[in-house]
Amino acid sequence: MEVYLDNSATTRVLPEVAELMTKVMCEDYGNPSSLHMKGVQAEQYLRYARETLAGLLKVGEKEIFFTSGGTESDNLALIGCAFANRRRGSHLITTQIEHPAVLQTMHYLESAGFRVTYLLVDGSGRISLDALQQAMTGETILVSVMHTNNEVGSLQPIGEAGALIKRMNPDTLFHVDAVQGFGKAKIYAKKLGIDLLSASGHKIHGPKGVGLLYVRDKVKIQPILHGGGQQMNLRSGTDNVPGAAGMAKAAELLYGHYDEDLERLRRCKSRFIEGLRRIDGVRINGLLPDGPEGEGTAPHIVSASVSGVRSEVLLHALEEKGIYVSAGSACSAHKPQPSATLRAMGAEPWMLESTVRFSFSVYTTIEEIDYTLQTMYDKIPMLRKYTRR
Amino acid sequence: MFTAFLIKYAEIGVKGKNRYLFEEALVHQIKFSLKKCEGEFEIRRTQGRIYVEALGEFDYDETVERLQHVFGISSICPMIYVEDEGFEKLCDTIVRYVGDVYPDRNKTFKVNTRRARKNYPMESMEVSAGLGEALLDVYPEMSVDVRNPEILLNVEIREKIYIYSVVIPGPGGMPVGTGGKAMLLLSGGIDSPVAGYMIAKRGVKIDAVYFHAPPYTSERAKQKVVDLAGIVSGYAGPVYLHIINFTDIQLYIHEKCPHEELTIIMRRYMMRIAERIAGETGCLGLITGESIGQVASQTLNSLAATNEVCGMPVYRPLIGFDKQEIVEVANRIGTFETSIQPYEDCCTIFVAKHPVTKPNLNVIRRHEHNLDEKIEELVKTALETEELIIVGG
Repeated sequence: MEVYLDNSATTRVLPEVAELMTKVMCEDYGNPSSLHMKGVQAEQYLRYARETLAGLLKVGEKEIFFTSGGTESDNLALIGCAFANRRRGSHLITTQIEHPAVLQTMHYLESAGFRVTYLLVDGSGRISLDALQQAMTGETILVSVMHTNNEVGSLQPIGEAGALIKRMNPDTLFHVDAVQGFGKAKIYAKKLGIDLLSASGHKIHGPKGVGLLYVRDKVKIQPILHGGGQQMNLRSGTDNVPGAAGMAKAAELLYGHYDEDLERLRRCKSRFIEGLRRIDGVRINGLLPDGPEGEGTAPHIVSASVSGVRSEVLLHALEEKGIYVSAGSACSAHKPQPSATLRAMGAEPWMLESTVRFSFSVYTTIEEIDYTLQTMYDKIPMLRKYTRR
Repeated sequence: MFTAFLIKYAEIGVKGKNRYLFEEALVHQIKFSLKKCEGEFEIRRTQGRIYVEALGEFDYDETVERLQHVFGISSICPMIYVEDEGFEKLCDTIVRYVGDVYPDRNKTFKVNTRRARKNYPMESMEVSAGLGEALLDVYPEMSVDVRNPEILLNVEIREKIYIYSVVIPGPGGMPVGTGGKAMLLLSGGIDSPVAGYMIAKRGVKIDAVYFHAPPYTSERAKQKVVDLAGIVSGYAGPVYLHIINFTDIQLYIHEKCPHEELTIIMRRYMMRIAERIAGETGCLGLITGESIGQVASQTLNSLAATNEVCGMPVYRPLIGFDKQEIVEVANRIGTFETSIQPYEDCCTIFVAKHPVTKPNLNVIRRHEHNLDEKIEELVKTALETEELIIVGG
């Protein structure tokens, strides 16, 4: 049995998506910038992609820009905004638990002369609005807060933060990294006061190599790629037509059965957490869906610390049974340093090397959950027996 | 502009009547290493020299780099060769050669002629003098220095005429395959690939064994070892990599023996298994990357304890090296970057906080008896389930 529980790293591409992309690549392969029929045909796919994704975010088509993925979207939003608004101020705000695509870009901007405040998070992995309010100054040009944390699944109070920012300084822009949240929560950019929003194709059963950046109408940001002036000069480079079409198709399919899916995801997560509680020495990081403020956690991510078992060993032990999970997050698994998110949440030292992330997709089944739990029941006692003494 | 290479070899020149065997092996290794190069080459062995001639277009830099990987080569001289069309023509050729190879000609030089074809109408000294004059006519900024020239222009008159002056150092050593075969214990760390490289440099063909311990070590750790074997094979030719699943043996030792002795006992079993495979595959010794005192299992006491289980000689080329010296070689041969990828290998996963540094052989032997019940069976299974990957074939 193969059980893929690493959907926050990437997801399986849906057959309908692959089919549409194959058609675009093999038949309607034109360049939308070409004047001839072939180009016009290709442009139709881009139009479809923009309309679809704009509709799902309830924004305008002209506000959707395609990029090479989440990382580029974050870079474009942050760097593009910082440099375009430099004369208004040089202060930026973000959180300690952002994805490296935001954190490292912030570090880059610091080296370019900007000042950055990194908001602390509480033990559940969420920022406090008071702290945000205190950090805001007249100099603040951008606040960037992630929607769903990729490691523990904590949800940030995006709507409240958006309202707060606009109340304090209508000129301060609000960027949301929604790479993990898009498709798992209904994110209506305008209602939430979001000016810039990043999302990625491959986290929602679409292709890798494509992402989007929503840029609210009238928000001016600078391009970071220079070239042929595609996408209203904001993002040069031949349009990734198959990517954009694939991402749109995936999102369309996902939102087509959104409510039932979400219900099932929640059931899976609850059952899984219930099962994990039966293992001694397991701690679940972040808020619990059945606990207080249970709405503050994502329906598809469970981060669990298993005492006495190193994450990598548990990962490979589960792998032997066909179960694929992540040690920390895939993005930091290659680096020996412990997770910044867990540290920011005040995790105890043993948890830093014994935490595994399970991330579900809407295609995860209850059988898979039970199989995973059973495998953990079988393996963990054995793994605990053989450790460093 | 260069069209051929003269390959010089130092050490094999002195091997007496076996010399032709060494030369043949060297030609074989050169052929093998150039197989993946762009272009076609003819490799000729005449009068104690090896010539690599390019037949048509080839990638000069790539070819030199490949040749620098072939043990047995002491230096590589890129050269040009021309048909003999008279002395006048030869003068033009050497003028053009110097013009092309030396953009800055404010240098001293000497022409050194060897006349292997004795029916050439001029004597060697005359040729050298004539060519030198021709050069001075065209490049007045050059000057002659016969004792210590900055440029030594070699002209060899054979069926064709060869000109060379550039000398690129080769890796030295002896052609792989002339020294038999040995089994390298390859861990994925910095030391063992360097040890393999050093033994291969002495002409020894390398096979390797890797012990992996899933789920405690990952598929990537194994891939890293395959990659390292690949880099070593760039020098040593194809490497037969035996992959042994060591998990059950390791867990059994963990269960039955004192924890401080785990590493030593584990290494004793690795040596035993490596020796078994080595014996079956015609290897004449084992190779490890051990260096005295580097870790607890590499003190003289510990080395004696692991050495004891082996009848075969164990070659430890790094035994007197400091870590920094090993790192230098690893960097030079290109294994360092791969070695430092952070995946655990089976030597580190269960390592005790305070492992024994002076194991007592009698105690170790006694504790090993705790394993009597199942260990033979486990070793047998490990050998039967080995995975063989031929790297760089």
